[in-house]
Amino acid sequence: MEAIDTSLVDWSRAQFALTAMYHWLFVPLTLGLGVVMAIMETLYVRTGREFWKQTAKFWMKLFGINFAMGVATGIILEFEFGTNWSNYSWFVGDIFGAPLAIEGILAFFMESTFIAVMYFGWNKVSKRAHLASTWLTIVGATISAWWILVANAWMQHPVGMEFNPDTVRNEMVDFVAVAFNGGAVVKFCHTVASSWVLGCVFVVGVSCWYLLRGRHKEFAHASIRVAAWFGLVAALLTAYTGHHSGRIIAEQQPMKLAAAEGLYEGGHGQGLVLAGVLRPGVDWAAPTQEDKMLLNIEMPYALSLLATHEAEGYVPGIRNILEGGYTLPDGSKALSAEEKMLRGRMAIEALAAYRDAEDEEDKAAALKALRENFDYFGYGYLKEPADLVPSVPLTFYSFRIMVMLGGYFIVLFAGLLVLRHRVEKWRLVQWGVVLTIPLAWLASQAGWVVAEVGRQPWAIQGLLPNVAAISRLETGSVQTTFFIFLVLFTLLLVAELGIMGKAIATGPETDKSAA
Amino acid sequence: MTLGRTLWCIILIKLFIMFAVLKAFFFPSYLKGDAGEKSEAVSTELTARKVSE
Repeated sequence: MEAIDTSLVDWSRAQFALTAMYHWLFVPLTLGLGVVMAIMETLYVRTGREFWKQTAKFWMKLFGINFAMGVATGIILEFEFGTNWSNYSWFVGDIFGAPLAIEGILAFFMESTFIAVMYFGWNKVSKRAHLASTWLTIVGATISAWWILVANAWMQHPVGMEFNPDTVRNEMVDFVAVAFNGGAVVKFCHTVASSWVLGCVFVVGVSCWYLLRGRHKEFAHASIRVAAWFGLVAALLTAYTGHHSGRIIAEQQPMKLAAAEGLYEGGHGQGLVLAGVLRPGVDWAAPTQEDKMLLNIEMPYALSLLATHEAEGYVPGIRNILEGGYTLPDGSKALSAEEKMLRGRMAIEALAAYRDAEDEEDKAAALKALRENFDYFGYGYLKEPADLVPSVPLTFYSFRIMVMLGGYFIVLFAGLLVLRHRVEKWRLVQWGVVLTIPLAWLASQAGWVVAEVGRQPWAIQGLLPNVAAISRLETGSVQTTFFIFLVLFTLLLVAELGIMGKAIATGPETDKSAA
Repeated sequence: MTLGRTLWCIILIKLFIMFAVLKAFFFPSYLKGDAGEKSEAVSTELTARKVSE
């Protein structure tokens, strides 16, 4: 059998990344804008003012445009698991498929049902029933995100399963461990809170555009007030959950943390890089004469505190993880990459021996060897220890972009709350807020780059690297479809921007209701 | 065209391209047969892709 071409791995990754990144242009706006419009409608039901109804309806219209554009890219992602990642889908389908199925059956159906009442139910159901539908639509969308993030968190930290060598599948043995492990809960909270921030940045940005144009001023001020309050709470929540996320990454994916910090040589009492520049072209998997960082401004002890909750806590760097030998939190010694690769090869050989065995004794011996080494199964596909090191520059800079922008959003929302109506006099601030809109997407995408690039080469942490997870397709087919998707998604994005721009230019009908 | 019709039109076109055109021309059924044959195929692939010492 021919070896897998590395370009096939790269193109398969590129295609999935492209689809996921386009999908993530739409999803956070759905999650964030959904809550804002539900708050607006709640204000309408509580106050009875027609103004709030028209305000809610305007944001609902933008929500609808975004929802219609984004819904299919998510379906494409799920289908790509079957077409491009069929080994992966077979190997862990019994676990990975469960949250996706629950998402489809429970969350998506819930969302789809209530969205119909939300759009077509005005004046047909009572105010409170309509409000309940609006909230249930966004609750459905958020539950949908929960199950997808459970699936993603499981790939980053596979738990609650047992490998069955007869079917070559991992089978779920503990649903609670899969659905509620610490990584899934924190990932969900961090991702959803950051999506709320994005939705609020969008709302204050569009509102400031109206102020710049001198239109819909009451609507703009009211929207800014609601979105700035909600955005500030969401931005603080994002920072808080981000801290917990860092702690979990330190525990479960130390290589990702080392890459995000540009930490080659770890140790006790490590500082957190506040601002840094990496030396271009440096090999992060090998020792070098020169420092791998050109500039490094650190907050002393902060990384150790973040990772271990102790100022003198030990944080391994890339070299330490590759060479092993340091003490893990459970007291055992970390294996070197070479040792893990050896045990991975033993696990794969044991699987082959188990499936070829003709008598029970050989089968039992192979099964024992497989069980003893299964935790390192995926390492058997790596050619050299350097394969374990993700792209450090991409992870490092993406992490800094995400954190810096997260801090900026806190200041932005707090500033808008302090300025209140005075924002109308500050055209420069209004322009600044309008130009912040794309930065919310940049921060959101950067977060996912840290999460996904930082965990390379794994499709499933420790168990299956990309090279073993992909389907044996023609590289040309994957290349061609990559460009088809690129063109198609770009057209969709342009269409969305056009339709949304037109809806924003038309504006809300609040002025009519005020009159 | 109204906003609703435009959105429905875009949704249907993209679904057709993605699932009809792409599936027909670019993605063959990689795993075929019953569950036993599929597990055999994946097992062969996973074993064959192991790095030799």
